[in-house]
Amino acid sequence: MKDIKIKVNDLSLYYGEKKALNEISMDIPANKVTALIGPSGCGKSTFLRCINRMNDLIPSVSISGKMLVEGIDIYDKNVDVVNIRKKIGMVFQKSNPFPKSIYENIAYGPRINGIKDKTQLDEIVETSLRQAAIWDELKDRLDDSALGLSGGQQQRLCIGRTLAVSPDVILMDEPASALDPISTSKIEELIHELKEQYTIIIVTHNMQQAARTSDHTAFFYMGSLIEMGKTNTIFTKPLQKQTEDYITGRFG
Amino acid sequence: MDTTLNQTENQFFSSKKNNSEIKGKFFTGLTQLAVILIIAILFIILGIIVYEGRTKFSWDFISSFPTNGMTEGGIFPALIGTFILVIVMSIAAVPFGTITALYLTEYAHEKSKFAAAVRFSVRTLAVVPSIIFGLFGLGFFIQFVGAGADTVLNDGQLRWGQPNILWASLTMSLLTLPVIIVSVEEALKTIPRELREASLALGATKWQTIRKVILPESISGIMTGTILAVSRGAGEVAPILFTGAAYYLATLPGSLSDQFMNLGYHIYIMSTQSSDVEKTMPIQFATTLVLLILTLSLNIVAVIIRARIRRKAK
Repeated sequence: MKDIKIKVNDLSLYYGEKKALNEISMDIPANKVTALIGPSGCGKSTFLRCINRMNDLIPSVSISGKMLVEGIDIYDKNVDVVNIRKKIGMVFQKSNPFPKSIYENIAYGPRINGIKDKTQLDEIVETSLRQAAIWDELKDRLDDSALGLSGGQQQRLCIGRTLAVSPDVILMDEPASALDPISTSKIEELIHELKEQYTIIIVTHNMQQAARTSDHTAFFYMGSLIEMGKTNTIFTKPLQKQTEDYITGRFG
Repeated sequence: MDTTLNQTENQFFSSKKNNSEIKGKFFTGLTQLAVILIIAILFIILGIIVYEGRTKFSWDFISSFPTNGMTEGGIFPALIGTFILVIVMSIAAVPFGTITALYLTEYAHEKSKFAAAVRFSVRTLAVVPSIIFGLFGLGFFIQFVGAGADTVLNDGQLRWGQPNILWASLTMSLLTLPVIIVSVEEALKTIPRELREASLALGATKWQTIRKVILPESISGIMTGTILAVSRGAGEVAPILFTGAAYYLATLPGSLSDQFMNLGYHIYIMSTQSSDVEKTMPIQFATTLVLLILTLSLNIVAVIIRARIRRKAK
């Protein structure tokens, strides 16, 4: 039995009175890519944001159930959310680099963690940019503003920024939806390389992308988890009719 | 074929002017007249000031002390006094105002009653007549805090319990606080949510996010607020009437417990109580010109910075 990195038990989420996630239970395996698919508004992004407690930022949100990361419930009262986010990083749909230099963007996370030594920071910046497959493009422009990069470069920069704090898990919320096909395939290649070291959970509305990049797939519909399994199985022999309908394009 | 063309012509080129067209032109003309009137008034005022003060307005005027019972000489000490006033005022008001704006945008919950009270207070403070600030300064800073300080620190000897530049600056800072808070808030609101999310998702605390991402981005708003506050503080007279301004001092203020001269106050006293109002007319106008140039240019700079902030927000 492979390692389970994250175990979700009956997780429900409410926006005030309105229930948006219905008792989600799933096991997310370590060092694999898990894709969350489903039509717009099905709750996949909401669920993703539960994993690093970004929904805490919305005042009307309340959550019940458990989200266990390596056995510890991250919603436990005694847990410091800041530490969770250092372990579980996130890449957003639209790239959001800081209006600072490329170097300072990557160094942001390490600096927050107290690293001040310039040599150390230089090393981390290089390693992160290499891991994000963008070192060669940027190594001579580290002091340029990050805002001058193209969309695809900015997104890879954001991935590098997330890697710089050495997380275990990387959450990606439709990371390539705002990018052209070439940038998209670069990101997909990157995901493939990263999964050796990291556990990756990716939300995508692009089923071909899910089929290409992921090992496991979870299908969400109207706030519920309908089916989850090996990507191969989900896309060829789904168990639920709803899954099959979505995959074959009958709705969504 | 001919008749259809004529019909079309009639429809498009109707020469009958109807009622609403005339009304439209009338109101357009009215607004144009109003604009011309306002600009004309402005230029007439400026023109009179420049003309009447032209004999006195010079570098010497700005750099020398008044002489001969204030009927000759320059306004150097009033200029310096005004500078010190706005500097001390800014040191008090800018950090306080920035922190308040930060609280209102970053920390306050939507339904918080405390935040609602703060917002209400800021708005109310913005419309309080400036003389009230002067009275408050006298009653609170001078007679309560100052006198209290004297009892505790100086064995009752009078040093802080009287008008001086410290109390005047603090009084002025209360007046300009709303301006700073509103400007900083405006700048903070243009910072997109995504930047805060990016920082928090990397494991930063809220305070780290504010210190490293939000504050650096809001510097222009802080600058705008400060410049507007300084411009206001340089020109207002009522708050410093009883809290520290003086008409004639032989020396520049040497410590915070000294009184000071001030451009606006100088103009006021000179035009109402000077020994020879006729003779001092050119000085009055020249002083007014100096004050006007100071406040106008500060305001223009603030407007430019604010326009840049707004463009960035789009």
